[in-house]
Formats: sequence, C-alpha cells, structure tokens
Amino acid sequence: MSGAASAQPARPRGSSVIIVGGGVTGLSAGWWLARSGVDVLVLEKGIVGWEASGRNGGSTAHPFSPLFREEQRLWPEMDSLLGYPTEYQAHRLRVALNEAQMAHYMRIIALAERQGSTWAPLDQRELKELVPFVSDAAIGGVMCYYGGHANPQRTVQAFAWAMQDCGGRLQQHTTVTGICRHAGRVTGVMTDRGRYDCDVLVLAAGPQIAELAAMLGVTVPLASARVEMIITEPLPRLRYGGVDGNGIYGRQTLRGNLAYGGGPHEWLSPSAAEPPRRESTFIMRSLAKRLVELFPGAAHARVIRSWAGIVENTPDGRPVLCRLSDPDNTVIASMSSVGFGLSPASGRAVMELARDGACSFADLSALHLQRFNALPADWQARMGWQRDPVRGQ
Amino acid sequence: MIGTDPARLDAAKRPTPSAHVPLLVVGAGAAGLAAALAAAAAGVATMLIEEHPVSPELMALDVPLHFGQRMARGAGNAALMERVLDSSPGLAEAYERGIDVQLGVCVWGLFAGSANSPDAAPHLVGLADGVRSWFVSCDRVIVASGARDLAIGFPGWEKPGVMGAQAALQLMQRYDAFTGSRILVLGGGPLALAVVEAAVGKGLAVVAAVEAEEASRHDDSAERFRERGVAFYGGWVIDEARGSIEVESAAIVRLDETGKPAAGSRTVLDCDTIVMSVGTVPNVELLDSLGCRMQFEPLRGGWVPSRGNDTATSAPNVYAIGDCAGLGADPTEEGRRAARAVAASLGMTAFAEGEPEPEPEPEPRIERPHAANRSVQRARVWLQAQIAASGLDVCVCQCEEVTRRELIDLRPPRYLRAMVPDAAPSGRNLQALAADGPLNQDQVKRLTRAGMGPCQGRRCREQVQMLLEAVGTSEPGAVPLARYRPPVRPLPLKVLAAEEESAALRDHWVAWFNISTQWLAHWEAKPVPFAAPGQIPVIGDSE
Repeated sequence: MSGAASAQPARPRGSSVIIVGGGVTGLSAGWWLARSGVDVLVLEKGIVGWEASGRNGGSTAHPFSPLFREEQRLWPEMDSLLGYPTEYQAHRLRVALNEAQMAHYMRIIALAERQGSTWAPLDQRELKELVPFVSDAAIGGVMCYYGGHANPQRTVQAFAWAMQDCGGRLQQHTTVTGICRHAGRVTGVMTDRGRYDCDVLVLAAGPQIAELAAMLGVTVPLASARVEMIITEPLPRLRYGGVDGNGIYGRQTLRGNLAYGGGPHEWLSPSAAEPPRRESTFIMRSLAKRLVELFPGAAHARVIRSWAGIVENTPDGRPVLCRLSDPDNTVIASMSSVGFGLSPASGRAVMELARDGACSFADLSALHLQRFNALPADWQARMGWQRDPVRGQ
Repeated sequence: MIGTDPARLDAAKRPTPSAHVPLLVVGAGAAGLAAALAAAAAGVATMLIEEHPVSPELMALDVPLHFGQRMARGAGNAALMERVLDSSPGLAEAYERGIDVQLGVCVWGLFAGSANSPDAAPHLVGLADGVRSWFVSCDRVIVASGARDLAIGFPGWEKPGVMGAQAALQLMQRYDAFTGSRILVLGGGPLALAVVEAAVGKGLAVVAAVEAEEASRHDDSAERFRERGVAFYGGWVIDEARGSIEVESAAIVRLDETGKPAAGSRTVLDCDTIVMSVGTVPNVELLDSLGCRMQFEPLRGGWVPSRGNDTATSAPNVYAIGDCAGLGADPTEEGRRAARAVAASLGMTAFAEGEPEPEPEPEPRIERPHAANRSVQRARVWLQAQIAASGLDVCVCQCEEVTRRELIDLRPPRYLRAMVPDAAPSGRNLQALAADGPLNQDQVKRLTRAGMGPCQGRRCREQVQMLLEAVGTSEPGAVPLARYRPPVRPLPLKVLAAEEESAALRDHWVAWFNISTQWLAHWEAKPVPFAAPGQIPVIGDSE
C-alpha cells in the first residue's frame, strides 16, 4: 500500500496524514481519518472554523452534488456520531414570491427527486401555517423532505473535538509556509512553527489552496470572494427553520434569530499582502429589504449584527476533490463555496482518497482537477471574476 | 479578453447617498461639539450627528447605555428634544454657525470605499432615526462617540433599577427624566462621586457608596463621600439586589483579610436604584467595525484606536477624539486638534495667524469625571471581589442568560440544552479550549452565546473578557478585542431596509454566485461557462 496512510504510532513532529486547513472540510476529514485509526494532524493558520466554515447559511441540501445521498444519510446521524451537538434540523422550505422564483427552485428540486428525495407543494394557506410571518404575496412554496440546516460554528467545533476524542491532533495558529518533497513525493510541510513530516498531505485550506498547490507546481484555479449575511434578534420558533425565498438564503436558528444572506459578492485580489477583511457593506440594507418582503410579519425584528465570509470558487463553481497523480500522495479538497452542508460526506471522501486512493461511495471523477487542464491562464479576467477597483465609488 | 460578472459588487451598485458633506462628526458631547465648531469656523461644511434623545424603546433595551428602566416614559419627542437642547448650550451655537445638526439620529455603520483600497473616499455613513435609515457620504469623519458603563454582575443585577453611571448622569442631567429616588452607588472613585453629586443636586437620596477596595488603599475618597452626607463602605461589595420584580433593597457584605465575606457583615440597605459606577468603556464600536487598528491602553479605559498626533486613526480620513479614543483627555483640545487636521487636509486655512480660535460654550451641566483611568484595574478588583462574595452562578449575559459558571464550563446555551438534554460536552471547558491556543472572545461567544443578544454585548463584553483573562491567567488586553459588527445599534428590519436601490443592484441580485454549472448535476461534465467567448452565464433571480 505504497503512499497510503496507515495506522502507526504518533510522531511528535509529524503525522501519517497532515491536513492543511481547520475548516469544516479539513476537520471532517480529520475526524473520519482519526476514527478509522489513522494518525492525523490538522494545521490551522488561525482558529477552527474562523473563515467561511463558521459563518454561512448552514444549509444541508445540495442535490447537484454526487455527495448528496451521503450528505442526506449522514446529517441525521451526526450529533450521535460526533458526540457534540451540531443543531441539525431536518427539511427545508422554499417560498416563491413569483413564478420565476418557483421555476428556479423546481429545477433544483428535480435533481433531488432524481436521487430519491421527496417534496410537496404548499399552497398559501399551508405556507402561512408553517411560516406565520411569511408574505401574503407569496404564490406558494415547496416543502423539501430532505436537507435541513445546522449551526456552522458549533458543527466545526464538534468535528474538531470529536477528532481529538479519536486521537487526531489539532495545531491552531500555525501557518504553512512551504511543502517538502523528496523523490517526487511530499514528505512534510514547513510552517512558522517548524517542520512537520507526513506520508500523505491534504490541502483543505479554502481560498489558500491555490497558493499551497502552487508550491507543488500544481495549478488549482480558484477565485476568492466575500459574501455577507445579516442576523436579527430571536423570534418565536418556526416548526421548520430552513426557509429560503425572494433571492435570499438562510435559516431561523434554533435560538430564533433570522440569519439571511445573498446579493452581490465581492471578488478579491488573489495576492493581497494582508488577508482581506471580512467586512459588511451597504448591501445589508438590501438584505433587510428582501427579508421584510419575504417575512413582513417579522419587520419589527431588530438586526443586531452582520457577518461576512471569504469563499473560493472554481471556474465551474464545482468542488475539486481528487488525489493528484504527481505528487501522488496529495489530496486536493476545495468545495468551491458549497462546502458546509456537504462536509460530513466530503470528509469521508477525503479520508478514502487519503487512505485508499479512491472514493468508494460516490463517483468523484467529474470533480477531478484535470478538467481544468486546458484552462487559459487568464480565466479569471475572462469571466470578470475580479474586484472592481473602484467598488462602491 | 475581459469578461464581466454582472452580479459582483461594483460601483454601479452603490446606493445614492441622501447628502454629501465634507465633514461628518459623530457625537455632540464636549469633544464632538468642539470639533464641529472649530471645523465650521475654518470654513468646513459640517454635519453633526447626535443620537440623543434616544427613544424610550431603545432605552428599554439598555441601548446605547445601561438605563436600567429608570427613565421616565411619556415625555413626547419634542419635549425630549427641547431638554437635550437646553442641557447643551453648544448645540444652539452649532445651529447658529450653520452646522447641520441632527438630533435623535444614530450612526449605525461607517463603510469605507473598499477594504482593499481603503484610501478610497468618500465614506458611506449609515444613519437612522426611529422610522427609517439612510446613507450620507463624507470626505472626513470625526468620531466622538463617548463612553459607556462597565458592568459587573451580581445576584439580581438583571432587575429593573440596576443601571450604569453614564446612563444615570444622562437621565438626571440631560433628560431630566430619572425616576429613581433612593440610590445605592457601587464604586468609590470619581465616577461614583459624580453620580452622588448629580443625585444630591437633584434632591435625591443616596443611601451609600460601596467600594470593593478598602478606603485606606487610595486617597481620601471615603471622606469625599461622607462630606456629601453619603455613607461609604470601603472593602465591601454588593451581595444581592433584592425585590420581587424591581429593586427594593440591596444586601452588601464586607470582605475580610482573606477576601471572603466576613461572617455577620451582611447588611440590607433600602434603595430603588443601584448605579454601577465602577468603570467606563470607550465606545469604539464604529471604529473597530470599520477596521481601525486598535490597542489596549489600561490607563485609558482599555481598547482604543491607535492614533497619530493629529487624532487620525489608521483608517484613512477617520479621526477619533474624546472618550472613545481613550479616557482622560481634554475633549475640547482634542476636538480642535482634529478640526485643524481635517481643515488642513481639505486645503482650508484652519485659523488665520493671530486670529483667536472660537471658544465654544462650556458644557456646565454634564459632569465629566476624568480620572476614570484606573477603571481597567479597578474592574478586575471588583470582579474578583464579586466572585468571592457571590460565586460563579451569577448571570453574565442578560440577553442570552449565561452565567459565569456556564461561560467557564463552556456549556452549550440554554435553548440547546432544553432540546438536546445531553448536549453538555464533558471536559470541554474554557481551560481545555485554552490548551488548543489562546482564548478568543468571539469563539467563546459563538459557543456559549454570551454577548449575542439584542443589547449587542454592551452589558457583558468586559465581564466576559475579564473572565477569559482570569481562566487563561493572562494580562489585561491579552484576549483580543471581540469584533464589533454593523449595525452597531439594534435596528428593526423595516428601519434598516433600503428604500431605494440602484438599478444595477436590483437587476442583478443573486442569492449566491451566478455560476450556471454550479446548479446542474456535478456528475455530468459541463464545459467551463466561458468556453463561448464573451458569453456571460446568468442563473435565475435567486439561488
């Protein structure tokens, strides 16, 4: 089993598998590896879940992914598998204020239906019963008997703690500065705290994957962008908190807060000397406007904070989940802005890629990096995925 | 070949501000007024924003100060406006000098042109009254947002009648709308003395001043309280605010040489109001949320913006003066200094040679206790004393009902424990979290919810910070400042909601990135969308 990770005694300055990135994907992979008996170390430049993994809409419904079935199978089990609460709640509601919105939802729901998930249309009365503060202008809705939502930061922390409980190790505040190679294989990483050896390397560092892969001479085409959300004070709990509509996505948290996002994203410069700020902008007033349109009965709820997160996207908006051929002991795990909900499944896939070299439960061939082999170098400019230099001016 | 992404944030999506001003001053206290008057005298057109009078609904949330439900209700807006004007002669002068003064308007957000090109002016400033919000733009901002009270919890401190010193001084001196009549003051420093003097001046009874530190340890403070007919309890703390609903009395205890409550010392004092006068916190929320570099100054109230000599912060074109920039400075001098810097940067001749600077009217009515500069240390003494007296099962975060023990044990919040009975992870407490790296207040906030409520952490931030320091056995300031996020005032959705949007924003709104292939089955290979040159993929109007 050359190049495969295997169980062995922990080494003080290294690990069988090193995962770069303590976000939800890296920590899920770390947990899956640790619970299968593999010696694993997660290196995180800051605090677990501090980037987009800990600040997002919390949705667990991704019917367009080959990992969808596994996502749906695992979420209801996660609290007991991890031993820490994720606040997972089942099902999602879609509210349409016009026919175009309904048509868009139905295109995605059709993908779920093809994979065995079920749904039911809701008329205005049924919708009002489930979501008392919804707009009278809603033409109807859809009850999805799949998907759901969870608390992002609590889920990330649950993965981290559960991984540690299984013997996996977490090293926060550690920045990878280089990758060590010998005879065509990765042998370890250099960090601002010294060198760590490994047999297999997993790059799960979100927007930083491009920079890390470049150290191996591998091009992973990623563009970073900032997106934002607003959060209200708690309101009386809905029966199903995962309600999307009117061009915004989000959820009512178990505490009762409404957390909603959407609207323009800001493409960021790839090589900023300092990490980009996770600022909120004037967009928050437009988010509030759409939330009031969707939920007029909640118009009195006070907005008490805002979030912003930095996510990465590949040119086709789809993950890169693959094991490289050169160096062949490296796994790339970029979830391309749809990582949170898929994390229980993507972590399992990364475990198998790292341990066995291939994923046994889903066909990931379409998510291989090689689909971008012919990508022109100026793809980002061609797509206009660049920051407006005078944004907002 | 350059493509475009119609859904990205760009200049065309920027809102049209209601107005543009060369200079906007946030806060019409002594510093803000001095700055606005001096800038106007130098020919800089200035808008001066003052959030007082604050609506009773907001006061009831303890925003922006800890009012403790001791405000008189029923006074109409016009009457309140008049009182605020009467209590501040400088405001009338500001009107006379042509300054655009806006009372009862809050600043809930400052937005730079771009974080990644921060020198881009003008800034957008988010304003709101009780009914609507709007943006103005400006070339320069002077933030003079003052200070708020530092709270330290004790049993019963969530009862109506427990409040902060700044709130008490505002209600007594500015609003003339204070409803307490028998006051217990917590604290023995200049701030507590200011509250005593204001109360005595109003003919109110002050039953006692309680100070955790023994009087002998610092100067003649006991004497200064006794001179005003107020009993001084040095080396005592409060044990409980008593009363069926509101405060009706307070139990206090003496701490012995070992720092434990002395047997038999518990004493009950009749009072209807307990004013926490232990410390003051610079109001840095706008500055921090804008991204100004911050530093911890233990002698100036804690976290304050880093500034140059001209009061400029690290954020281009943003200046900070008065208490929000650090307690204890001369607000008038700082205000004039900032005005000079702003005038010069705008190419105005600030003040002609030999011409005297305009003297703003002094602010005689509101006490300005300058010597709050021990408050950071004093607060830590108080917290330790309160823990010795009342233990850990005391509320820290009132909004989310988190106790000191729940914080230290990193217990999942109450709503979650109610739903998932076994949600309390064993062995995962603050100490264990600290083993994984330095403690971070924002991380602890998300796990316990301490600081996540509608008061936006105004009553618990410093307590949480001090408890994290205590568990991590670290110096004051070692725990990073928990980030502030706009809106820095809790605004109803209908108030925050944009009334108008640019056509570009409206027409190209997407819930998520407009990458058409992202929403199709990922297992079916699709060419990267730009394969057809110039063709722009656009997904529907949502998701």
